[in-house]
Amino acid sequence: MREQILTFLEKNSKIDLGELAIMLGSSEEVIANEVQKMEQEHIICGYHTLIDWDKTSVDKTTALIEVRVTPQRGQGFDNIAERIYNYPEVQSVYLISGAYDLLVILEGKTLKEVSGFVSNKLSTLDTVISTATHFILKKYKDDGIILAKKTKDERMLVTP
Amino acid sequence: MRNPIADKAREIRPSGIRKFFDIVSEMDNVVSLGVGEPDFDTPWAVRDEGIYTLERGKTFYTSNAGLKELREEISLYLKRRFGLEYDAAKETFVTVGGSEGIDLAFRAMLNPGDEVLIPQPCFVSYLPCVQLADGVPVVIDLKEENEFRLTKQELLDAITDKTKILVLPFPNNPTGAIMDRKDLEEIAQVIIEKDLYVLSDEIYAELTFTKDVHVSIASLPGMKERTILINGFSKSHAMTGWRLGYCCGPEEIIRQMIKIHQFAIMCAPTNSQYAAIAALRECDQEVEKMKEAYNQRRRYLMHAFREMGLPCFEPFGAFYVFPCIKEFGMTSEEFATRLLEEERVAVVPGDAFGDCGEGYLRISYAYSMEDLKAALGRLGNFVRKLRSQQV
Repeated sequence: MREQILTFLEKNSKIDLGELAIMLGSSEEVIANEVQKMEQEHIICGYHTLIDWDKTSVDKTTALIEVRVTPQRGQGFDNIAERIYNYPEVQSVYLISGAYDLLVILEGKTLKEVSGFVSNKLSTLDTVISTATHFILKKYKDDGIILAKKTKDERMLVTP
Repeated sequence: MRNPIADKAREIRPSGIRKFFDIVSEMDNVVSLGVGEPDFDTPWAVRDEGIYTLERGKTFYTSNAGLKELREEISLYLKRRFGLEYDAAKETFVTVGGSEGIDLAFRAMLNPGDEVLIPQPCFVSYLPCVQLADGVPVVIDLKEENEFRLTKQELLDAITDKTKILVLPFPNNPTGAIMDRKDLEEIAQVIIEKDLYVLSDEIYAELTFTKDVHVSIASLPGMKERTILINGFSKSHAMTGWRLGYCCGPEEIIRQMIKIHQFAIMCAPTNSQYAAIAALRECDQEVEKMKEAYNQRRRYLMHAFREMGLPCFEPFGAFYVFPCIKEFGMTSEEFATRLLEEERVAVVPGDAFGDCGEGYLRISYAYSMEDLKAALGRLGNFVRKLRSQQV
């Protein structure tokens, strides 16, 4: 049941729980209860809205930054990750396998702001060995959702 | 000038759906619940394979029976999903949609005057195909009180010494009815006793919403040698436009069907055949996902009908519900036409699927939840309006 609820909420956190209950053959109380429990257990960590900022007048620049760091004795990567994720302009921080250690997703208003953050704050951290910044030019698909325009129903209106 | 038209063609009644389609096409702002095909796009893995084979120039005829690789995948799939054992080389061949298989079976099996039992309401093709094959269609009217299943008694009552084939279209379009193992065992017993054959159209097999998976009558003891199994990719893999189906059955019948297929069609589209291999190898999960989405919509629709007070037996197959509108004292066609004109919602009148579908509507839930909600809102308005006028 939990898995089914989460599958729905992940795609549409605005869904009416009564409606969800009907679709899953359950009752609204049961669903609401489960959702509340999962919020308390921090399985559900928040409710986001997927926005195509390109369509608004708000300027946003997103960058993916590969960060190589020296892990600290007894702390591994957690300490340095925390140093980075506490900056509000940092959207996501992932520990990554492969050629670098942390993937940092950064959002700023302008290119300058983002590069300023990298050179002044990120690179200057003691444990950071190197960074490589990739700016996102266009988002095609985000969080499993294709951002391009919805296509219309191509089917004939009535068929056998 | 001489009359160019054959009597046989002229005598075939045009599809009731076609007539309705013409009215609908003239209108704007219509929300349709009238479509008999999935709303999902074909899974990307399948489309990707289709594109790839075109790029590679695989654009020639295949063998008449279809690609060997595809037939082997079909055989594996039927075993994996329904426990059926079909020899890929001798008992399986690929058709242009399930519809071609239906046509070929009748043409390969019927002598003039042979009777074919057709339980209605059902898909519109069986009856004309029987007529074109010089057979005699004998309709069995299924009843809502039996949840539109075929009962042993109904079957026995319809059998004469000319009866040769029973059409078994379950899960059913338009009612959504299914036949479970017990139902089928009773039918199978009669089929064997009376020495008949079954044309089992299982195109909606994957869309069975009970705990148990779909049961094919061909999997019952003594029935494989009496069953021509029709299936395809249209509904399960959302591949209607690819026009690809298949047919399994006793070697001798299949051989005769392939012979006609060879002269009439040559082979199913090559591109679709390659794509279908990907469908069977890579898409079990996608099929499952689509099925779950249909099931959720089905529950939502049943709930909406209960709220409206519109009587409807709970269907467990395909993607249709078949609510009863007899309380309004109108024919299905009147109801559907007024619903279209007054609320701009298109549904198919039940009698398009046989006379006993009169008093019912076929409502498809192969639509997004947003579309369903919009349409159900309008249908609810219409029902309330009619009831207030009745008082």
